[in-house]
Amino acid sequence: MTPTLQLFLFVSAALFCIGLLAALSRRHAIFILIGIEMMLAAANLNFVAFWRFSPQPQPPIGVMVAIFSIAIAAAEAAVGLALVIAIYRHYRTTNVDRLDQLKG
Amino acid sequence: MSWIVTSLWLIPAAPLAASLIILSLANSRRSAAAALAIIGQIAALTLSILAFLPTLQAPGYRSVHNFTWFTFGEQALRIGWVLDSLAAAMLVMIALVGLCIFVFSAGYMADDKNLTRFFAYLSFFSGAMLGVVIANSLLLLFVFWELVGLASYLLIGFWIHKPSAAAAAKKAFITTRIGDLGFFVGILWLYGGSGTLLFYDGGKGCLETAGLLGLGASATFVALLIFCGAVGKSGQFPLHIWLPDAMEGPTPVSALVHAATMVAAGVFLVARVYPLFSFGAIDGVTPSLVVVVSIGTITALMASLIALGQFDIKRILAYSTVSQLGLMMVSLGVGGVAAGMMHLIAHGFFKALLFLGAGSVIHGCHHEQDIRKMGGLRSLMPISFLTYAIGMMTLSGVPFFFSGGWTKEEILHATAHWHASHIPHYLMLAGVVLTALYMTRQMIYIFFGNRRAASENVHESPPIMTLPLIVLAICSIAFSVVLTPAWRWLHSYLTGEPAHFDIALLVQPMLFVSLALVAVGIGLGFVMYGKAGQLATGRVRPTGGQNRHRTAEMDPLERAQPALFHFLENKMWLDEIYDRTVVAWSRMAAHVSDWMDRHFWDGLVRGFAGLGQLFGIFSANFDERWINVRVDETMTGTRRLGRVMSAWHSGQIQTYLGMLAVGMLALLILYAWLA
Amino acid sequence: MSTAAFIVIAILILAAALAAASLPTLIHAALSFAVAFVGIAAFFFLLGAEFVGLVQVFVYVGAVAVLIVFTILLTRRDATTPDKFNWGGVVIAIAVFNGLVWAIFRTPALSIGAPQIEPLTVKRIGEVLMTDYVWPLQCVGLVLTAALIGALILVMEEKNSKS
Repeated sequence: MTPTLQLFLFVSAALFCIGLLAALSRRHAIFILIGIEMMLAAANLNFVAFWRFSPQPQPPIGVMVAIFSIAIAAAEAAVGLALVIAIYRHYRTTNVDRLDQLKG
Repeated sequence: MSWIVTSLWLIPAAPLAASLIILSLANSRRSAAAALAIIGQIAALTLSILAFLPTLQAPGYRSVHNFTWFTFGEQALRIGWVLDSLAAAMLVMIALVGLCIFVFSAGYMADDKNLTRFFAYLSFFSGAMLGVVIANSLLLLFVFWELVGLASYLLIGFWIHKPSAAAAAKKAFITTRIGDLGFFVGILWLYGGSGTLLFYDGGKGCLETAGLLGLGASATFVALLIFCGAVGKSGQFPLHIWLPDAMEGPTPVSALVHAATMVAAGVFLVARVYPLFSFGAIDGVTPSLVVVVSIGTITALMASLIALGQFDIKRILAYSTVSQLGLMMVSLGVGGVAAGMMHLIAHGFFKALLFLGAGSVIHGCHHEQDIRKMGGLRSLMPISFLTYAIGMMTLSGVPFFFSGGWTKEEILHATAHWHASHIPHYLMLAGVVLTALYMTRQMIYIFFGNRRAASENVHESPPIMTLPLIVLAICSIAFSVVLTPAWRWLHSYLTGEPAHFDIALLVQPMLFVSLALVAVGIGLGFVMYGKAGQLATGRVRPTGGQNRHRTAEMDPLERAQPALFHFLENKMWLDEIYDRTVVAWSRMAAHVSDWMDRHFWDGLVRGFAGLGQLFGIFSANFDERWINVRVDETMTGTRRLGRVMSAWHSGQIQTYLGMLAVGMLALLILYAWLA
Repeated sequence: MSTAAFIVIAILILAAALAAASLPTLIHAALSFAVAFVGIAAFFFLLGAEFVGLVQVFVYVGAVAVLIVFTILLTRRDATTPDKFNWGGVVIAIAVFNGLVWAIFRTPALSIGAPQIEPLTVKRIGEVLMTDYVWPLQCVGLVLTAALIGALILVMEEKNSKS
């Protein structure tokens, strides 16, 4: 017996929720970034899995989207971490609880 | 079709572009402006000659380039340009005369502080005039026609600081506008009748058989309405009054616009739409052509008579222009289209020559224009004198050597063979005598006799001014080669018949007749005015002055026939008559309208305003009592809601993210529940 | 596609991810993050998308993880303080997980096996990238450049603020 699509989706859902957990529960800005990266990776996993399990042959759309998504995620990580450093310089902290300038 | 036909628009475009560039120059870039204008004109001349060449290949050459301008409803308005012998000959003439005058202006206007503006206007005029010539659509022609009118207005009023110049510009614009109104109505009628405004359109144009048949009997009225425009532009009776006043403009302008080219546009227009005039002709006579001949005859005679009574050097030339234009109209009317156009082209050269010569004289005499204050300039300004004499003899129609003589002879031939009446023929013969007479009078006053007030410190003009004079003088003489009856090249070029050389035809009876008439005119002039050249130095009776007992200083004609001379000096009181009638009626109508405005319409407007005020008061109350209160309530509610909402915004991004996740979950549940 | 490999890798990913999300020390979390991403790359290999797996390793394990470590070093003073844990996030995450799993197992069309496929070569990916996806590729290049410049500008020392 080989793993079905459901199992892959289950793993990616679990990964997504762990990422969400990291983004929601930790106070450190870097943890939030790590969580977001995990959620993105879960999405990529879904793309590739759907491509692999769909009727063949067909153009590798899922793979291409995953590649582009990784590239975008890399850019996002670079900017995000730069923001973390800039915030740290400015507020002397990376604890997001203390960053409440948006408070209405 | 040759490439030059499709790109014929380049000819007017070159001076127009030069004009635009000059307008954008700073006022101090004087030599650049002059150079640009002259370059634009040279470009136009080159292209004109290029356009002239294909028309030589075949007799009756005509080729058109039409295209759709815009479409409204189901009808497309098409315009285009035409290249035929008529257009090509006019193009070359206008471009060449224009070039001479541009060069002359560079010298004449050298001291004017608005030189750049002047050249911009001149180039603009030149472009518009070339556009009139190439237009293949009555509408396009009308557009350029009005542009020409605008250029004329700007140039007459160029010395805007002079009230007389401003008034003259206004007069020219309004007077020609009266004619153009008729022209425009004619265009509309023509469009209604034939459904097209293109002249030539492969058999469908309004000048071709199909279009003319569509018009039927109304062709006469259309032709007469279009003739209104020509009357205004070409200074024909009764709308000639603006042309002498237009001499307020700088002299090169008078030469280019009000002698050589623009006023010729009216004659050109009639020649262009000639099929409309001659449609349904019996023996070459139609009602519309009879009108053209009558108007032309009246104009020609009246203007040459008035010219006898004038003392302003440029006004004499202006009236001479009016009379020559009348002569051309007569020629067109009696069927001598080619003769009329030949005279038009020859006239373009020699009248430009005369005006530039006058400009040279005026320039030499420190801007004095009264011929009684000049005199004896013959030896002081030899080049001006010689060229002016050539121009004078060409205008007088001295046969054999001068182009004007041959063309005038053609016209006299044409009038002699008119079937309707011989009166115009005899009147034109009288006109020849009169022309020679007033030109001799002018020559004697300016160049002969003793030196008078304005002759002090006179100098010959610089080469930049004399060179165009010489070129134009040579043109005036050399042009006669293609005009003689022995080899009527230009005639056959314009009519499309083959030309052949026959020296036996050179001498015709009419040659002796006109020779005799011119001799009579010039001889009479010397007899009458020979003494008048000896006016006392500096003691000149001001025009319309009181001390008319000094017979010695009076004009010989004034001495002999004071009443007649006074009548002529005051231009047959036509200006005064118009002042008492047309202008006075307009004023009266204006007064009546004014009174109506103040008392009747104003009352109505006040009444409506009162109603509006009442309504306004009502609305204001409604606003205050009802709408304002509701709006206030809404505002209070919004503010309360805002306070509640702002409490939710903690500024904690993780709270936001959590909310996002909860929202996603809620959507999922909602979706599952609905499915 | 072997089930054993799937199970092993899945357990590895989820364990490493959980560690990355819950370890109190930042540097440990970052290392766990790298492990989790190696696992994901292995998953890509398993799915026949070897190229994506390689890219995943290069980008995440090679670049992003290093970047995170550097950031941790640069914000060290803050990074060493122990981190509070927000239990509200756990509740929400578990709820979302339940919703997703419920949706996945409720859809019968998803319980399918993998069909046979031709191996996806790098040549094929290169061809597709240079033909159908050439515009997105250029755009991504632009985005990466912009992000690089933006990140540089963000972390540059503000010279004026010293005075």
